[in-house]
Amino acid sequence: MKPAPFAYHRPETVDDGLALLAAHGAEAKPLAGGQSLIPAMNFRLARPAVLVDLNRIAALAYVREEADGTRIGAMTRQRTVERDPLVSRRAPLLAEALPHVAHAQIRNRGTLGGSVAHADPAGEIPAVLLALGASFVLRGPGGSRTVPAERFFTGLFETALAPGELLVEIVIPAMRARTGWAFVEVARRHGDYALAGVAATVTLDDAGRCREARIALLGVSAGPVLARRAARELAGELPSDKRLREAAGAASAKDIDPPGDIHASSAYRRQLVAVLTRRALATAFERGAASGAEPGP
Amino acid sequence: MAERYVGARVPRSEDARLLTGRALFVDDVQLDGMLHVAFVRSEHAHGRLRGVDAAAARRHPGVVAVYTAADLGDYWKPGPLLVPPPPIPDLIFHACTQVPLARDKVRHVGEPVAMIVAESRYVAEDAAADVIVDIDPLPAVVDLEAAMAPGAPRVHEHLASNLAAHVVQRTGDYDAARAGAHLVVRRRFHYDRGLSAAIENRCVVAQWDPRAEELTVWDTTQAPIPIRNGLAAMLGLSESQVRVVAPFIGGGFGPKIMMYYPEEVLVPWAAIRLGRPVKWAEDRHENFFATTQERGQVHDAELAVAKDGRILGVRDVFLHDTGAYDPYGLTVPINSQCTLLGPYDVPAYDTEFTAVFTTKPIVTPVRGAGRQHGVFVMERLLDIAARDLGLDRLAIRRRNYLSRDRFPHDHHILFQDSGPLVYDSGDYAPALEQAAGLIGYDRFIREEQPRLRAAGRHVGIGIVSYIEGTGIGPYEGARVTIEPSGHVRVATGVGTQGQGHFTAFAQIVADVLGVAIERVHVVTGDTREFHWGTGTFASRGAVVAGTACHAAATKVRERIGEVASRLFGVSADQLEVADGRVRVRGTDRSIDLGALSAQSNPLRGAVRPGTEPGLEATAYYGPDRGSTASGVHALLLEVDPETAMVEILKYVVVHDCGRLINPMLVEGQVQGGVAHGIGNAFYEQLVWDANGQLQNASLMDYLLPTATEVPRVETAHRETASPLNPIGLKGVGEAGCIPTGAAFAQALEDALADYHIEITEIPLSPDRLFALLQRTTPERRNLVVVEGDFLFHLPRRTVWDALQDPALLVRALPGGMQLERSGESSYDGLMKVGVGPVTAAEFTVRVTILDQEPPVRFGMVVDGRSALGFTRGSAQVTLTEGPEGTTMRYRAELQIGGRIAGLGQRLLDTASRLITRQGLEVLHRELATRAGREGPA
Repeated sequence: MKPAPFAYHRPETVDDGLALLAAHGAEAKPLAGGQSLIPAMNFRLARPAVLVDLNRIAALAYVREEADGTRIGAMTRQRTVERDPLVSRRAPLLAEALPHVAHAQIRNRGTLGGSVAHADPAGEIPAVLLALGASFVLRGPGGSRTVPAERFFTGLFETALAPGELLVEIVIPAMRARTGWAFVEVARRHGDYALAGVAATVTLDDAGRCREARIALLGVSAGPVLARRAARELAGELPSDKRLREAAGAASAKDIDPPGDIHASSAYRRQLVAVLTRRALATAFERGAASGAEPGP
Repeated sequence: MAERYVGARVPRSEDARLLTGRALFVDDVQLDGMLHVAFVRSEHAHGRLRGVDAAAARRHPGVVAVYTAADLGDYWKPGPLLVPPPPIPDLIFHACTQVPLARDKVRHVGEPVAMIVAESRYVAEDAAADVIVDIDPLPAVVDLEAAMAPGAPRVHEHLASNLAAHVVQRTGDYDAARAGAHLVVRRRFHYDRGLSAAIENRCVVAQWDPRAEELTVWDTTQAPIPIRNGLAAMLGLSESQVRVVAPFIGGGFGPKIMMYYPEEVLVPWAAIRLGRPVKWAEDRHENFFATTQERGQVHDAELAVAKDGRILGVRDVFLHDTGAYDPYGLTVPINSQCTLLGPYDVPAYDTEFTAVFTTKPIVTPVRGAGRQHGVFVMERLLDIAARDLGLDRLAIRRRNYLSRDRFPHDHHILFQDSGPLVYDSGDYAPALEQAAGLIGYDRFIREEQPRLRAAGRHVGIGIVSYIEGTGIGPYEGARVTIEPSGHVRVATGVGTQGQGHFTAFAQIVADVLGVAIERVHVVTGDTREFHWGTGTFASRGAVVAGTACHAAATKVRERIGEVASRLFGVSADQLEVADGRVRVRGTDRSIDLGALSAQSNPLRGAVRPGTEPGLEATAYYGPDRGSTASGVHALLLEVDPETAMVEILKYVVVHDCGRLINPMLVEGQVQGGVAHGIGNAFYEQLVWDANGQLQNASLMDYLLPTATEVPRVETAHRETASPLNPIGLKGVGEAGCIPTGAAFAQALEDALADYHIEITEIPLSPDRLFALLQRTTPERRNLVVVEGDFLFHLPRRTVWDALQDPALLVRALPGGMQLERSGESSYDGLMKVGVGPVTAAEFTVRVTILDQEPPVRFGMVVDGRSALGFTRGSAQVTLTEGPEGTTMRYRAELQIGGRIAGLGQRLLDTASRLITRQGLEVLHRELATRAGREGPA
């Protein structure tokens, strides 16, 4: 399990990184935390000829609050984000989900942006950011653009990142008032790829009815799935047990056509999505009702 | 002896070295000029090896040598049969042992085909990709019943079938027992096991010293002495020219026994031939194929009981998967056969097994070594009988235990060591009561469970018994020396893999010699230090080597008496030894043992004729038969029936391994064993597809339990001494993992009582449990199946014609680069497929069209190869014309092999569906554009 030969570069600025990517074209692969890419290289599944290591680009590691929400540099370690008090306040769903990402040792190296750009279909972070309505700042030789999560995750390990572009920042909008959240997943062992998982946010009106629900499913498709049919079942509704079951049923029956593998059949994944969606929604409604009318603490 | 240490919780003397990283492991051995090895291994489970072209690999810069079977000359020969079968009447056994490098035929995925020696492991792996292995695939032999069916493909073609062995053992009259029974329960049981998954994989380093004409081999073996003797014989050297060192080893669990693995035999040979040190370190991926493992048995078993639950007899007929070769004989299935009887009085036992060759890696003992299979069958039968008779689970066990006065108890069948299955001692019923008390059985059943059930919670309790045959022969030895410094040196031949030998042996010797344990220095696993013995296996290290240490120390103690009585002019019985001194009782005349040692080895003067110098003795211990440890496991677990996830809440073990040397070491063994058992029960399974490809060849998909899945085990000890050795020892190495599956199954059934499921298989998984709860048969995913339909808004003829056009098809294929007609109805192509982290892998593809019926249907066969693995399969396509256009219905079944099969399962379904769908969409767009250009259809 030794990687094939490769050339290695370690730029210290985004511009240098972009220049290296431009110089080496399709041969080059950016290296973030390396928790997926390095094992793939050691198995020789991945054989990039050139690695552009982003770990020395200090300017990409930060968490800060701005008017439009929380901004997180792409190279911020997952463990840093998990422990950041601002994230706990402003994006509690992300804080709740991060302990499920592999193990602490892996999160010490793994980066938020690396997980987003890798776009593993069972990844917690892509689904959470989809549920939060996050958007991503991409920089290329021609400048920057911002892509919302809905348009960023395009397929199996596929994203809107163009060749030569780097993900530099994740923007999480401020949570609206009366918004509840929940993250639940089922994994074989703690830290494994989830068999299925649900990240949900629910915004309520003054009467406790659902104004908007964003339910993102992971591990059940080529990428994170926004369960739109399930959300539609909830629009304008109070969270009765029957209503939640119907929404969960819609998520499992209509929003997905899950794959089967050695760990979970397609039927079992559907069952998990139904159960987890119901549980996540119940918690999210509860938290939404408990939260004040003011947007975020 | 003054027992100061034996029985005490003495901290492990080896831990300081281990925990500070100073302990030597084989991979720590770095030598000047050392070369590194990578093996080229078969990607196919079964096939004819038509050729191995290593020319390009030999030219690779940095490669020193490449060896194939043809290059080994006379050195190529099958390995030895390690354990000949016991002398059971009418026994059939076909010995087919592994070969160093495959020649003519490959018999399992991962079988070594070529050996590359290079300046670094990196270069060796680079060059491995340059070796072209030409294998003509044969049908794999995977399922045990199918393997024994007439006409099944044969793993070893010189044999008439895949039967490796057939053994029948009988005691009592089962038919009569059955005829007189109140109830006969009969079930089919499946019990599967997996890897040993030691934290350290195997590793071998060899160095030939041409001046000393001596070979040194550092090897992660449990049995350095047999390895030394075997290597010397194979290499034509004297045993004294070969030194095998088994330093610290990160876990053995059975597969590191004296296997004479191909790598173990080839690395020393290459080191001599090349005149440079050579290292091979097994990587985790190789470990899934290259190291032996345990796997499945299928039992058809029945239990005949009286109305009161008394066992009248048992009949068991089972199949045992031995893998592609059977160098370790029948140890595993005979253990299953013998351990099934458990702690019970079984007057009639009728047992028969067939060991079956399959095209899977070799099966040899892994911690438990077949015992858990037997325990599972018996404990499940008792649970089912108890339920049918309306008896409590504890009651049926109490009724059948062999009572304390029944020992020694002869079962009148033969054990794996070829001796009769005789239990030396035991006291089973009190262990059950103690375990029931610790887990709170009565209160749980009476009060807690009804309350939890009312609250909608599914919590269950399990409690089962087992015995473990331990401490078998033939023998071990030890040499104990008191040095002039007062240090005591103990050398023994067994290898050590973390058990705590350094502490346990020192405890025994320190007590006999009356010295502080800090003065005792233990050396194990170096043939230069001690060269008689067999090895560490069968829970025998403490029992057999420990007793040898005791015997050698006792002889030294006698020697102290001789020398000191001469010195002081008193008789030996007037002497006492304590605190490192020998003293004349009741006087102040004494001498330090170190000084006495110096006196017994004078530089001048005479050593009396007929005596020996020094305070040193060597002794051996060979038990007539093994000693039988026993115990009870009890657990509480909770199931979420909606998600089929299980959590173990409490785990209690009451364990009896006779006299305890060190309770802490025993608890460590039990805790580790239970972790292994929990893995076996719910997490670990080697998933083979119908083609003999392992579908989870990494620790991402082969799930070892971790600290978050394994509870802290509460262990209580009982000490029923063995009469077979002076200390009263029995073994403990395997106990923790033996009854875990049976206990888990019972608790799970209990938790899910309202679902009325019966569990007759281990391992389980949430997926399997979900299927049981749904009363469905789980999908067996042997192939990647891609099926569906796709509507083209075009006439059938247009679609049909398009499908005949390679230029058009190329655009629909992922990374399609070329596709050329290579024959009447075949196309050859080169295709690049990349999914996520998998960099565009180049596949050379041949597509052959079959059964063409224009414009309605056709079939095709696909054969693709790449450095990452291969794919072979077939597809059927049907076109139906309807009002909206043409519906294409497709179904493809793909067999995937090689690295992508073992590592990519999680993504195969999604990826293949996606690639197909995207391809069809591209095709549709192309056709629509073309139709647009040509005008409406």
